[in-house]
Amino acid sequence: MKNLPLLFCGIFFALAFSFTGLILTSNIQLGSLTQTTEMLVPSDADPSIMVMAEGEPLFPTKPVGLAQQGKEVYISMGCMYCHSQQVRRADFGADIDRGWGPRQTVARDYILQERVLLGTMRTGPDLVHVGGRPLNADWHHLHLYNPQITSKGSTMPPYAFLYETREIDGAPATDALQFPPNSEYGPEPGYEVVPTRRAKALVEYLLSLKINYSLPEAPILE
Amino acid sequence: MSDSPSKSPQESPYSSSNEAVRAELSEIDASIRSAALFFVISAISWLMLGTIFALLAAFKAHEPDFAGTFEFLTFGRVRSAHLNAMALGWGNNIIFAVGLWIMARLCRAPIHHKGILLIAGIFWNIGLSVGIFGILRGDITSVEWLEIPHYATPLLVISYALIGVWGVMAFRFRKGDHVYVSQWYILAALFWFPWLYVVAQIMIIWFPARGVVQSVTNWWFAHNVLGLWLTPMALATAYYLIPKVLGRPIYSYYLSVLGFWALAIFYNWAGVHHLIGGPIPVWLISAGIVASVMMVIPVIVVGINHHMSVVGLHKEVWRSPTLRFVVFGAISYTLVSLIGSAMALRTVNQITHFTHFTVGHAHHGVYAFFTMIMFGGVYYMMPRLLKREWPSAGLIKIHFWCCAIGITIMVVALQVGGWIQGLEMNNAEIPFLETVQNTIPWLKARSVSGIFLTVGHVAFAINFFWMLFAAGAVRAKQGPTLLDDSKEGGIA
Repeated sequence: MKNLPLLFCGIFFALAFSFTGLILTSNIQLGSLTQTTEMLVPSDADPSIMVMAEGEPLFPTKPVGLAQQGKEVYISMGCMYCHSQQVRRADFGADIDRGWGPRQTVARDYILQERVLLGTMRTGPDLVHVGGRPLNADWHHLHLYNPQITSKGSTMPPYAFLYETREIDGAPATDALQFPPNSEYGPEPGYEVVPTRRAKALVEYLLSLKINYSLPEAPILE
Repeated sequence: MSDSPSKSPQESPYSSSNEAVRAELSEIDASIRSAALFFVISAISWLMLGTIFALLAAFKAHEPDFAGTFEFLTFGRVRSAHLNAMALGWGNNIIFAVGLWIMARLCRAPIHHKGILLIAGIFWNIGLSVGIFGILRGDITSVEWLEIPHYATPLLVISYALIGVWGVMAFRFRKGDHVYVSQWYILAALFWFPWLYVVAQIMIIWFPARGVVQSVTNWWFAHNVLGLWLTPMALATAYYLIPKVLGRPIYSYYLSVLGFWALAIFYNWAGVHHLIGGPIPVWLISAGIVASVMMVIPVIVVGINHHMSVVGLHKEVWRSPTLRFVVFGAISYTLVSLIGSAMALRTVNQITHFTHFTVGHAHHGVYAFFTMIMFGGVYYMMPRLLKREWPSAGLIKIHFWCCAIGITIMVVALQVGGWIQGLEMNNAEIPFLETVQNTIPWLKARSVSGIFLTVGHVAFAINFFWMLFAAGAVRAKQGPTLLDDSKEGGIA
């Protein structure tokens, strides 16, 4: 090849095409998505235009406080390398059948997240709706401390370093982990296991992960 | 060594027995020696460290309690340390060594101011060390292929720019009219990689784009690290070494042109196939699928071109340490790419997505294709840089067989296991925990494959450092180190 300007242009435009087509265009299409109400209603002025219903709450909502700090823990532990945060549509995979969420997730669900953790691996189950599943904080703490306690045979690593084992001083702490009777993972008699601030934040974050609202483009069908 | 049958040295700078051309190449080799040696030593050091991280991650995947009390070795961090040590430590350093060396040789342009190149290389490795330390410490970003924390990435960008510009400078001051196919690939990749990396850093880490635009950018970047950085560099190396060692030109110039442009046009759209079924507009995904399937064209074209270039000379390929690795890599390129195109189809992706199948596929590409070709590149480059031969043919054979067997076990185990995992995961009647447990035998097979690869890497490292440091102990050899006892001459 001797036509060097052509070579340079080709090299440049090859990537410029996909950069424009995929990155800039999706930014134009999705970059201005905003919160909305669960359903749209016809506008008073022009019934052919659908608008947000007045006075209705807006979704998605922004995680706040401890849950937001818990997301930092989730990120620093690399949870997303085994847990995705997305639900595929009903006839594509078994995401909804497995109870991972009541509907498919859509682009708008993620607009308020500073870091989006869709994930591409399901060594463990999807977590986008884990806060909406019948698992309480006690269960999550035991599961994080050692997954074998709640899910025998799981390949999830233990996060016991997020917990502190200490001697019981007077009355047991109210937030001490409640191990099942005779659990081989429980502390020695006279000792208790309490969550650190990071563990509490992480569980708060997990409990905050919920797809319990409809969006106009993705309603929850009963 | 056989002569180039059809072209004079002037027309064919890549295969020559002409004394003057050889002297010129020797001068170019001398100009890049210190920098290239530094990059190869760094690359092999990262390869060994990355192998340790890999073994830990692989073992922890089926023995979760192993080293479970160490926060810095938790699975999410150690697998990310592995990925970055391999991609940016082994991959980039070996590209800087082999890619720049090939570029300088093909341009017949000695490297000037090599001190700056060396210093940039040192800073690249400092930046990477800080980054990987940061990952283990918990500053991991949890963005795939961009795990390195924000405080280390600017140093990486600046050092990359200083290194990459050397390839462009060599091209700028090239002699002769002819621009060989390897030069297109290297030039393009040197230009594409910083664009991808900087855009991804800005849009995901520094000024996060809204919502899933981040995810689209993430996979545009991550897939193109393979497609527009590792792949062109490995193809450039194969295109350089096959005619060099065999002493005959590449089969078809026109197929080279077609293969290059088809790759340039289609590969960079393909990354969105990592988000099939995900919460992004369907037209984006469809574009990614179309591009993924269109990749069949450059893959078949390059496959035919490489195959026709070695056909009939299989004995020579088998005897040459360089070509044994390069041809293994070239065959893997065809295989892994065709599998990749199939995986982008919605019906297949529905099963393979979110499973170990994809992990197997990634190693098929980055290891069986890219890394094997780069091993071949090192086997060819070192004797020419150091003016001495590889000390042990036995260690080269151990290296080849352990890597070939190891990566084959890994890919088969993860893809068979991943396929079963995908089928089971899509059947809600099978409890999730049961599907997890059914993957364990396959994950154990992966750990076994890791032991093979480790042995191979250790053999490679011993041979390399033996050659580098114990020059006096290496018996002066007559001719290159070849892999069988045949008395005929040849070129390594």
